[in-house]
Amino acid sequence: MAIDAQHIDQPESGMGQGLLKGLTVTMKTMLKPAVTVQYPHVKPDLPARTRGVIALKQGNCTVCYKCSRECPDWCIYIDAHKETHEPAAGGRGRSMKVLDRFAIDYALCMYCGICVEVCPFDALFWSPEFEYAEYEIDLLIHEKERLEEWTYTVLPPPALEVGAEPSADAGEAAPGADGDTASRTAG
Amino acid sequence: MIELFAQSGVSFIEQLTSNFWLALILKTVLVMGFFLVVPLGVGYMEHKVLAHMQSRLGPMEAGAFHGWAQLIADGVKFIQKENVVPAAADRTIFTLAPAVAMVPYIAILVVLPFSDTLFALDLDVGIFFVMAMSSVSVIGVLMAGWSSANKFSLIGALRAAAQLIAYELPLVLSAAGVVMLSSVTSMVGIAEAQESLWYVIPLFPLFVIFMVSSLAELSRTPFDMPVADSEIIFGAYTEYGGLKFAFFLLAEYGGIVALSGVAAVLFLGGYQGLPGIPLPDPIWMAGKIGVLSFLVIWLRATYPRLREDQLQRFAWLTLIPVSLVWILAAAVFKVAF
Repeated sequence: MAIDAQHIDQPESGMGQGLLKGLTVTMKTMLKPAVTVQYPHVKPDLPARTRGVIALKQGNCTVCYKCSRECPDWCIYIDAHKETHEPAAGGRGRSMKVLDRFAIDYALCMYCGICVEVCPFDALFWSPEFEYAEYEIDLLIHEKERLEEWTYTVLPPPALEVGAEPSADAGEAAPGADGDTASRTAG
Repeated sequence: MIELFAQSGVSFIEQLTSNFWLALILKTVLVMGFFLVVPLGVGYMEHKVLAHMQSRLGPMEAGAFHGWAQLIADGVKFIQKENVVPAAADRTIFTLAPAVAMVPYIAILVVLPFSDTLFALDLDVGIFFVMAMSSVSVIGVLMAGWSSANKFSLIGALRAAAQLIAYELPLVLSAAGVVMLSSVTSMVGIAEAQESLWYVIPLFPLFVIFMVSSLAELSRTPFDMPVADSEIIFGAYTEYGGLKFAFFLLAEYGGIVALSGVAAVLFLGGYQGLPGIPLPDPIWMAGKIGVLSFLVIWLRATYPRLREDQLQRFAWLTLIPVSLVWILAAAVFKVAF
């Protein structure tokens, strides 16, 4: 209930009316069901834009290092090597980068989401997973296999509001339903 | 049970056994059992009611069903804690204080009747005894505050004492109105006198004053300046922990039960039921205590804490004059009917 500026200075119209109003508010709240979600027993129903953890779709990553360079506290580790394919018939062989290690140190990550923003090929996603606490701080560095697992639970973006402009990347869906990533990996 | 102990006005224990010592032990066990169990029930009710009034669930884990064992778990935790006494504290007084705060409420339970035979003791001066006992508890708080050697504790204790002086008067005056109508001072006698008409009807303002003063006596919100945590940490209880603190908590909830019981006897007919609802007398009494305890908790969930001067003003300029006027009205009522 927002405070209505008009009513601040007005005295109570009746003796003790405010007191009774307070009692009805607490009584009504008591009779309504509580908003609490009993978390360990019941999983919370999280919205599609939940910033739980950053997940990596390895197939989409081209090892451009943009995420690790933009990261404000340098919590992304990327190792890669170059492989050159034999040309089919003469000429130069095509070279491509192969991802060896992709890890995010969640002890450092501040969940700014810049890496997700800058990724040119939609390899990074916000996943609603949040149960990745560890007993030791070093164990919070999660490697690419774990990051890949988190993509499985990325929720589809919520529907646009009625009358909204269609978004630029409207066609793109959650990473699970990808079509073109396989070809990019195969090179 | 009512049929079994036909002689009304005599405690059922004395009808069971004529041995004085056996009766004494039985009564002690009963009253202590009541004091150790029922306040836990009220404490649990406070957890749950406060939680739901704030759209929470409250304790849910301790003891499979809706956290029913939460207060037992709390008790076990309190027992395990280290018995810390501050270096500068007056050790004897510091240790004695929780008992002094707790015992008066046990004493009030002794005279609380649950039917015309189900009580431990029916003193002729019942209501005087209750009023005297209810004002002893604050001495425990004063002892705690002084012996803690802590400024916040001392401020809290002095606030508690000032509050008691201010609110004891309307409490006694509202009880006096009841005694004028009933013409007896024994608790059973007052309950019996309300067979045809509960005193809450002719004396409604006195009932309100009694409940408000009880809240103040128990230092319950909105009259909890003696323990105002945002100003003076936890008042007289600041230095307490473990079992001693648990005793203070038990005194608070025991006090809610005791003063709800007294209010039920004085104004709601005690164990007298409403006509047409055939329930045993003890159930009526327990139900009334439950409803009044719920009211105390409901008020805590609703109202913020008053300021110390507002509290004193309210007692001296509102409650005492109103209760005096209604005592006069009670006198008129008594003469007229």
